[in-house]
Amino acid sequence: MSERRYTEDHEWIDLDGEIGTVGITDFAQEQLGEVVFVEVPDVGKTVSKGDETAVVESVKAASELYAPCAGEVVEANDALADTPDLVNSDPEGAAWFYKIKISDKAEFDALMDADAYKAHTEA
Amino acid sequence: MADTDLLKTPLYDLHVELGAKMVPFAGYDMPVQYPMGVKAEHLHTRTKAGLFDVSHMGQVKLTGPDAARDLERLVPGDLDGLGHGQMRYSMFTNEAGGILDDLMVCRIENGLMVVVNAACKAADIRHMRAHLSSDIEVLEDRALIALQGPGAEMALSALAPAAAALTFMTGMEMDIDGAACFVTRSGYTGEDGYEISVPTDQAEALARKLLAQNDVEAIGLGARDSLRLEAGLCLYGHDIDETTTPVEAALTWSIGKRRRAEGGFPGADIILKQIAEGTARKRVGILPEGRAPAREGTEIQAPDGTTIGSITSGGFGPSLEAPVAMGYVTSEHAAAGSAVNVVVRGKALPARTAKMPFVPNGYKR
Repeated sequence: MSERRYTEDHEWIDLDGEIGTVGITDFAQEQLGEVVFVEVPDVGKTVSKGDETAVVESVKAASELYAPCAGEVVEANDALADTPDLVNSDPEGAAWFYKIKISDKAEFDALMDADAYKAHTEA
Repeated sequence: MADTDLLKTPLYDLHVELGAKMVPFAGYDMPVQYPMGVKAEHLHTRTKAGLFDVSHMGQVKLTGPDAARDLERLVPGDLDGLGHGQMRYSMFTNEAGGILDDLMVCRIENGLMVVVNAACKAADIRHMRAHLSSDIEVLEDRALIALQGPGAEMALSALAPAAAALTFMTGMEMDIDGAACFVTRSGYTGEDGYEISVPTDQAEALARKLLAQNDVEAIGLGARDSLRLEAGLCLYGHDIDETTTPVEAALTWSIGKRRRAEGGFPGADIILKQIAEGTARKRVGILPEGRAPAREGTEIQAPDGTTIGSITSGGFGPSLEAPVAMGYVTSEHAAAGSAVNVVVRGKALPARTAKMPFVPNGYKR
């Protein structure tokens, strides 16, 4: 059973054991508009919390994803390169960006839960 | 500027009713997209018909027996050669040959109808008042509605049969279901279509009548930008400005033979010398080979890594289903098909210079 947390930059991370799956929220895709390009990180890349990990570009602008927690990228969703519109249709499911083996669970625990994130988007 | 200071066009309430996302643009609160979304709005305009509120643009009437010759003192286009109802694209130039704004000019009875960019209109009007002897009337009491796409003729001629007889780059006064309008067959999408100048108090009713026609949908500024980019048309303040000349901008075609021979417009010495001798840089189309869009400000490099220019407009072209851009490169790299790199997020990605428009024009000549 995985646990979900959110960042202030509108990313979600599902943690299952020590593997976190990262994507952008429905709120984020709504703000971005139609996504036309996605760049996911290379597997094996080591990142610190806050490092740029992925890129998502919509018809309007380019945005970056930042690592919600430090760790090593263990899997990337290469399907998004050919079907970037998946980010609009299923942002919190099929359109996950990458999986990361996190190195410090405390960083995960410090992120927002669903209620806190909801309050953040309504602020 | 605070949002509360934004100006509203006569169609503001209609945009809100249609569910538009409103954004500040050139001092106006304008619809950037409707619930359909930018991509679908773009494709709808290419295949059917889109209605655009362009009331933020400046509409100016110049009156006087020599209005065409008079305005020629500020622009390099051949206006005196325009027959009644004929239009031309031109630009206000400065003494350095730079572009102060671009504009559309249509010859009418005893004068000219001029349309200028929203962000430049106050300066353009001051510029004309300072230099021209014609009577200058700013048409504050008129909205401007663009109806663009292959379905535009059928939609407009259902309300005004005379619209079908207009050809590309001509204009005339026209009664549209009781509204006294001035209609030109022109636009900013690369498609066939019209721009309709309509009295403010009749604008919303006309927009509703047009939207009630088959296949007509309201389209926002987002799709307007991607449509004009695919059509290779310049956006003032981005692709052209005071630091670019018409020759560098690949707009030499807009400078008529007589004007090249006679000069007599600001910066003529520089512009005519550039026409004769060429320029160090040129505006070109750029097609990135991958899927990553190259946006405004992106560095353009030669294959050997030398910087040769930068992107001035770029994004994703929904009709091309690929990234599309334009920018300036040094002239030795300007030939269509030249291999270049665009530096996106620190990576040099392969691209090629390309002829514009990127999609075929749908103009009815």
